[in-house]
Amino acid sequence: MSGKEYRTITDVKGPLVFLNKTEPVSFGEIVQLRLSDGSMKNGQVLDTSDDQVIVQVFEGTSSVDRQTGVKFLGDVFKLPVSKGLIGRILDGAGRPRDGGPEIVADEMADIIGAAINPYSRQSPESFIQTGISAIDACTSLVRGQKLPIFSASGLPHNDIALQIARQAKLVGSDDDFVVVFCAMGITAEEYNFFVHDLERTGALENAALFVNLADDPAVERLITPRLALTAAEYLAFEHDYHVLVIYTDMTNYCESLRQIGAAREEVPGRRGYPGYMYTDLAMLYERAGLVKGKKGSITQFPILTMPGDDITHPIPDLSGYITEGQIVISRELHQKGIYPPINVLPSLSRLMNAGIGPGKTREDHKSVSDQLYAAYAQGRELRGLVAIVGEDALNERDLQLLKFADIFEDQFLRQSRDEDRSINEGTLDLAWDLLSNIDTKYLVRLDQKWIDKYHPTDRKDSEEE
Amino acid sequence: MSKENGLIYRISGPVVTAVGIAPRMYEVVRVGHEGLMGEVIELHGDQSVIQVYEETSGIKPGEPVVRTGQTLSVQLGPGLLTQIYDGIQRPLPKLEETMGVFITRGVDADGLDLEKKWEFNATAKKGDEIGPGQVIGTVQETETIEHRVMVPPNSGGKVKAIKSGTFNITEPVCTLEDGTEIAMMQEWPVRSPRPFVQKYAPDVPLITGQRILDFLFPLAKGGTAGIPGPFGSGKTVTQQQLAKWSDAQIVVYIGCGERGNEMTEVLDEFPHLIDPNTNKPLMNRTVMIANTSNMPVAAREASVYTGITIAEYFRDMGYNVALMADSTSRWAEAMREISSRLEEMPGEEGYPAYLSSRLAEFYERAGRVRTLAGDDGSVSVIGAVSPPGGDISEPVSQGTLRIVKVFWGLDAGLARQRHFPAINWLSSYSLYPQALDQWYRDNIASDFPEVRTDISTLLQVEAELQEIVQLVGSDALPVDQQLTLEVARMIREFFLQQNAFHDVDTFSDLGLQYHMARAILSFQEEAKKAIAGGAQLEDVVNIPARTDLMRGRFEKGYDERIGELVTEMGKQIAASMEAN
Repeated sequence: MSGKEYRTITDVKGPLVFLNKTEPVSFGEIVQLRLSDGSMKNGQVLDTSDDQVIVQVFEGTSSVDRQTGVKFLGDVFKLPVSKGLIGRILDGAGRPRDGGPEIVADEMADIIGAAINPYSRQSPESFIQTGISAIDACTSLVRGQKLPIFSASGLPHNDIALQIARQAKLVGSDDDFVVVFCAMGITAEEYNFFVHDLERTGALENAALFVNLADDPAVERLITPRLALTAAEYLAFEHDYHVLVIYTDMTNYCESLRQIGAAREEVPGRRGYPGYMYTDLAMLYERAGLVKGKKGSITQFPILTMPGDDITHPIPDLSGYITEGQIVISRELHQKGIYPPINVLPSLSRLMNAGIGPGKTREDHKSVSDQLYAAYAQGRELRGLVAIVGEDALNERDLQLLKFADIFEDQFLRQSRDEDRSINEGTLDLAWDLLSNIDTKYLVRLDQKWIDKYHPTDRKDSEEE
Repeated sequence: MSKENGLIYRISGPVVTAVGIAPRMYEVVRVGHEGLMGEVIELHGDQSVIQVYEETSGIKPGEPVVRTGQTLSVQLGPGLLTQIYDGIQRPLPKLEETMGVFITRGVDADGLDLEKKWEFNATAKKGDEIGPGQVIGTVQETETIEHRVMVPPNSGGKVKAIKSGTFNITEPVCTLEDGTEIAMMQEWPVRSPRPFVQKYAPDVPLITGQRILDFLFPLAKGGTAGIPGPFGSGKTVTQQQLAKWSDAQIVVYIGCGERGNEMTEVLDEFPHLIDPNTNKPLMNRTVMIANTSNMPVAAREASVYTGITIAEYFRDMGYNVALMADSTSRWAEAMREISSRLEEMPGEEGYPAYLSSRLAEFYERAGRVRTLAGDDGSVSVIGAVSPPGGDISEPVSQGTLRIVKVFWGLDAGLARQRHFPAINWLSSYSLYPQALDQWYRDNIASDFPEVRTDISTLLQVEAELQEIVQLVGSDALPVDQQLTLEVARMIREFFLQQNAFHDVDTFSDLGLQYHMARAILSFQEEAKKAIAGGAQLEDVVNIPARTDLMRGRFEKGYDERIGELVTEMGKQIAASMEAN
């Protein structure tokens, strides 16, 4: 550490500070700025050369002037990590926000995080029961997965995320999840909602929170998720915790990324977002998973709001290409008063097949899930037809499917915010009960042997015997 | 010679500018005190612009930059198969050994194990006149693949000495009259195609066991195919199915900027999968390159070239090689990222103006060729494309479609209905059938092309009829058209849908595909006759034998039973006419 303070700022542009005549400065180095009123700001080197250094200032550049002192700290950004992070609330730059003491570091961890060697990964295959039927049956989550919630403004994604955080468990295991919660640019109201809920259920003692609110510096949002993931990696891979990372809202993160790109006058990609956004997002999302020889795991639940409910917008689009599926929240279902308004049709879990079936959930799970999809998809399609030609034009099969779509939404999707359904007795048996409204000869996705074993009429038969 | 060492002037992400050296374009240099590997991509006055294959944070201006005098090359020789590499041919298991589960930087690793001894069997003799590319001996590299050791493309002469025995890959096994020593390993710069004598027109299909691909939209050995599709439409599953079941002798699989867990899945699965052609684990014929989305972008840019160079090397031995790149869009994005750091004038959507020529150069390295040694070999290239929002009017999709001869269009709507593989039969195309028809007539059935035409015509007609059905309902159609709809539904559900996760259904050989298609046409024929004879459409459609025929494809031994099932179906249809 040189300790030298430079007063050679030439330009200030948006969140960026340009200065010259420095000694060699490392790429990615942490910077401290001392303003004329004595207050401090932090930043990071984005570009460095013999002639000019560009620094991105996390707290924004207001009040920065040419007299501002700039000190390079000789190291890249690191987070003090220890088990003491659990139960703490930190701000977006990793400083205590709960009035508690500084974190006593066991280790200083580089927040950029190195890529996991694909050869060293372990395939995720342990089913996580969320107690929410739509997710458990149709887009099953497994430990080590990254499954974003694609939502939009005005929808109850926060409730769903909290319900998952509360209820998530491995069937037949006592391992609890530690929650790492990362807020990026959400409102104080939303934040209070999260904290109160975590407090109410006692989960706060088992959680680490990193909080950057809407009125906190926008650029700081670029490091907040990295801090959260660094903490998560430390807890998972050094202390064997199973970590559930919830971060919200990815859309705000991407806005900040665009802001920096614009300030650097970079060539923009689609809709003004930088061309490297895919790589940048991947560097967050890919920090999920399991590795060989370590007991812990990181499961991610990023929440993003789709601007204009548009799933082809660059933020959901690039996310969808990196994450292992998505849970799509539907405005239409929400307006019908259904909670959780999860539209299972565009939702997907890519790791589902590895996590379900005999020994994990139940042997009929895959068939039931396929049948629910097929019947509900056809039922919804028929709604469109009925609007044109009326119900009279439908044959027996179509009428049953049409009715099924309503029942499915009303009884299968709908559940209360505290309702925790078990996978077998709660969710799959319910699915069979609802499917029994359709004549078995139309249930072509179900194997006969599962029908014999699990169909309600057969179940009753065997009970009576 | 003072131009060998220089200093870093500027660092901006993966792009580093150096002064004080005068390297050649695409020369590999060592950057910084840690000696990170980089490649020169632009010369600008005294400045050399370098893309660095590893993370650059913490590096300062003023650190050294050293020339190596070499361009980015791969090591070629025994030991490639079953290996998994990063984008610049560093073996990932080796990286795990040296740096643990996280990939840090500054670690060098040879692409091939230089110490391992292999049993070399000389096939050339003393006094032989050998030319470039000629095979001088063999090594049994894996249970199923014989590695043919070749004279490097720039070498040749009269053999002075050659010996069989156990050697490592750098020991000379053959000496020429002029003193040249030939070892089992050779190196080749990745950005230059390996030489061959002549390209042939492809006329043999690459059989993949996927019905919709083989039957309707075939790819030739040495051909090129593009698979564009939005996320969740099954690109990766399709690519993996091809890697598993295509009848190439060697498979090179490039995971370019994709998910880490997907590569893990491949790694877990392949050693347990049995190649239907050899009955040995598929891993024996596979080379994998994994540069996941969060690994350095410059190495991602290189990974595609590393892969195709390895593929060409096996082609030169006379093998049929299939290369899968998943996804070329991530490769293009790596180019875009580097280009924007170079502050180049962008073309469409920020991609560099040379995007389409790079794509073309890459796909052009595919082909069926006469090798330098006079054998036949081929490289087939199948590139996945990930268009933003599923909209294929974007530059990478368009650049790809201009070059490739086969287009397998994935469709989000089909995926949502759980119709897999979600390949749209109306928008997809293949330009190979004409070239391949003779092969089908000779090897499968003399009327194969006609059956294919019948099937695809039915699907076209269905699409037209569906438009009417949307308006008036299917009951309003005449009976013969209702039958056509029923037959088309049979094609979709029985033939086009194929379950990649089902032990039996995952692979259908070409003969079986032909019989299944014939079974559908024979249903149509018999049903037409029966209806003309007074049978009810509903009775004909609901005969149990048809369900048996359709469900039968999930059971082992289906290819032996399909004939009986079709006969039984014919009987029952005839009976349904008599019942009326």
